[in-house]
Amino acid sequence: MAEDYILEMKGITKRFPGVLALDNINFKVKRGEIHCLIGENGAGKSTLMKVLSGVWKYGTYEGDIVYNGEIQQFKSISDSEAKGIAIIYQELALIPELSIYENIFFAHEIMGSMGIDWNETIVRAGEALKKVRLNIDPSTKVKALGVGNQQLVEIAKALSKNVKLLILDEPTAALNEDDSANLLGLIRELKEQGVTCIMISHKLKELTAIADTLTILRDGTTVCSLDAHEKPVTEAEIIKHMVGREIENIYPKREKIDIGEVFFEVKNWTVDNPATGRRILDDVSFNVRKGEIVGLQGLMGAGRTECALSVFGNPTGYKIRSGEVFVNGEKKSFPNPKSAIEAGIAYVSEDRKGNGLVLMQDIRYNVTLANLEALQEGLAINENEEIKVVSEFKKSINIKSSSILQKVGQLSGGNQQKVQIAKWLFAKPNILILDEPTRGIDVGAKFEIYSLMNKLVEEGMSIIMISSELPEILGMSDRLYVMSAGKITGELSAEEANEEKVMALAVNS
Amino acid sequence: MKIGKEVAGLIKTNIRDYMMYIALVIIMVFFSVKTGGNFVKANNIASLINQAGYVAVLAIGMTLILILRHIDLSIGYLAGFSGAVAAILMTQRHLNVWVAIILVLIMGLLIGLYQGVLVTRLGVPAFVTTLAGMFIFRGLLSMSLQKTGAIIIPDEKFKALSSSFIPDFVQHAAGTDTTHILTLLLGVAAVALLIWSKIRERVNRLKYNFEVVSMPVFIFTLVFMSAIIMVIIRTLAFSKGSRGLPWTAVIVGVVLFAYNYMLNKTRLGRYIYGIGGNDQAAELSGVDVKKVTLFAFCSMSVLAALGGILYTSRIGSATPTAGLGFEMDAIASAYIGGTAVSGGIGKVTNTIIGVLIIMSLTNGMGLMGVDISVQYLVKGIIFIIAVAFDVRTRGKGR
Repeated sequence: MAEDYILEMKGITKRFPGVLALDNINFKVKRGEIHCLIGENGAGKSTLMKVLSGVWKYGTYEGDIVYNGEIQQFKSISDSEAKGIAIIYQELALIPELSIYENIFFAHEIMGSMGIDWNETIVRAGEALKKVRLNIDPSTKVKALGVGNQQLVEIAKALSKNVKLLILDEPTAALNEDDSANLLGLIRELKEQGVTCIMISHKLKELTAIADTLTILRDGTTVCSLDAHEKPVTEAEIIKHMVGREIENIYPKREKIDIGEVFFEVKNWTVDNPATGRRILDDVSFNVRKGEIVGLQGLMGAGRTECALSVFGNPTGYKIRSGEVFVNGEKKSFPNPKSAIEAGIAYVSEDRKGNGLVLMQDIRYNVTLANLEALQEGLAINENEEIKVVSEFKKSINIKSSSILQKVGQLSGGNQQKVQIAKWLFAKPNILILDEPTRGIDVGAKFEIYSLMNKLVEEGMSIIMISSELPEILGMSDRLYVMSAGKITGELSAEEANEEKVMALAVNS
Repeated sequence: MKIGKEVAGLIKTNIRDYMMYIALVIIMVFFSVKTGGNFVKANNIASLINQAGYVAVLAIGMTLILILRHIDLSIGYLAGFSGAVAAILMTQRHLNVWVAIILVLIMGLLIGLYQGVLVTRLGVPAFVTTLAGMFIFRGLLSMSLQKTGAIIIPDEKFKALSSSFIPDFVQHAAGTDTTHILTLLLGVAAVALLIWSKIRERVNRLKYNFEVVSMPVFIFTLVFMSAIIMVIIRTLAFSKGSRGLPWTAVIVGVVLFAYNYMLNKTRLGRYIYGIGGNDQAAELSGVDVKKVTLFAFCSMSVLAALGGILYTSRIGSATPTAGLGFEMDAIASAYIGGTAVSGGIGKVTNTIIGVLIIMSLTNGMGLMGVDISVQYLVKGIIFIIAVAFDVRTRGKGR
């Protein structure tokens, strides 16, 4: 019997400047199944779904989307919605101050002869809520709902658009176990009603429980599709496919050095997000020794960046419930980043453009910003000295630019990252936290950054490297911690760590 | 041709700044022709300077606020209220002029603290905080003058701030047209300082192998800038009816110098640009964003008080309508002077060019007898053209 495919994506290739995000991907979804899509961060799951939903419009990718037997050329999300494809993102797209019914019919309002027909809207919203088994007055404001129920409202919204193919991007990432179970039950029910569902998730347990088919992506290619009905798929099997790449030897060796005493330590760090009241870090403890590179691995949303930021003076204002920080055996508290910097900590942000650099200013400006005190001379800044030190950095860590007066916004990602690192080295830290230090930069610059890290620890610095790239964290760390859902799920030495072990800890929640 | 290419390149990268100078020159030439040369006569240049003084002081403070991506709408009536307080202190409390001025500046500082704390500690948006301030100071202004009506200020020293000129070594008999030697000397000193600092900067840049403009272009810009200063000085020092440099120019010059130094040479200045460019990055770099912002609001209110003093001094009385629309001129000047609407970029020296454009329009159209309603229209159109041009060229530049 020929299979009935609702969707076939054939030979999809998507390029971003300097990056091949999707490389000739083939992806087939049978009508009426629950199809799970899984892969590491950056494997291409979200990009593939964006191509499907029309965010990346027809013409910006290569290959064909065949939906319901026809080749589609979506130019926008509304094109794909019109065909019954709806996507629900991890960050919910609801408007908190509006009621449920206003949200459900937002941007596809039911029009009467005299404008919006609110009575009809409320009745239809009630029906949609019934379908998702949400027993709440549709005039309730969305902000009064918990995350789980908001997720259901999103699905109700999709159903009200007469959805045939529902895409859920990590729907359970923010949910507790009850809400997750409820949601998964609902997805099965929708399947009975004939809605096909593509679900992206990092939680292997729920994937193996719910999936009819699993497709695994890695580095922008399809690794394989597994049919769960032919033979049950095990978690170990998925992990093997997720990580099964050859480790290229791009990690420079460092001199074996004596790793010293514990220099920096965080104990029982528990943090809540004040906006949602959700616990984002739960009893996290870790330490780093002098001259050691400690890796902090975890998938997106595991809480690594939140952990670093809340320790580094907590500029985002998380609610720190409990925990202690020790620098060189001394208990410290950091009310703001300035105090953390003064204690010798530096944080190289994962988000260079967002909160790492002042893009409209030049290299010189950015490099010295965190430690202008060192250049103070009377009232003014000693600009000659400044030019001298920045020129030295430009040479020593090889920042490629026309001069140190070039605007940072004009530099490539790798060079921006070097500027960021130079800035923090100028602050002369003892503890360097590198958050995704090689994200979005090319191989050559990566190698230079790895070499620099080696040199720094040889000089006695302590480095904490946050990364979701497994090979990188395995290649560079002396020791590593794995985080999942706000908890440290394991600590491994460089000798005992391998990709399967780390991935198993990272998807364990 | 090499120089041709270089000039074309310079125009391309600096078109925003050049346009501003060109606009100013066009406006000045236009009014000179239209008023039969009256616009550039010594007494009008002096009166233009006195007229522009209070706006310049306000616009310098506003530049900081705008770089930080805030706004201060309260400065107009705060200036008006400050002038009224100064008048009351002098006429009703019989305080010494200088004591009165210092008290008013301190009052400005306290008001700046109040508004800055609301913005930085309580998180009330600056727009709302200062809009409320606009109401409050307007109320205080009319309340303070309710009993007396407008207060005429008899004190000559106070009025001298924006109506008299710096003294000279020799006393001039009234009505004679002799050369004002001190003004001339100051002009020469200013040109010398300009040339010295530009040459020093060039030598320094060459030392570090930074890009510099070619020698002919460098000399041309130096000669051009010196010539402009000398023309103004010549008019003020020894043309017909000249009485030298107005005190207002000295006051504005000192404020301008101090703020320019602060923004370009000190840590505080770096922090201001950093917060305006990317406040999160600045905070993560250890900058105390709240403290710096608080400083900017305090400086703004102190300058508003100073602006109020200058204005009151110029018209010789405190009136209930003083301050109306000052904030509009100040904000427009800063934007015309190239302060980026998205924050993070701006120079007080260019803001002064913006002030000169706005005040030349006011002064010139006033001389021509253009109706006030048309004046507003023209200013609004020039303002929006300047900012639209700015947004457009900056969008391309990155």
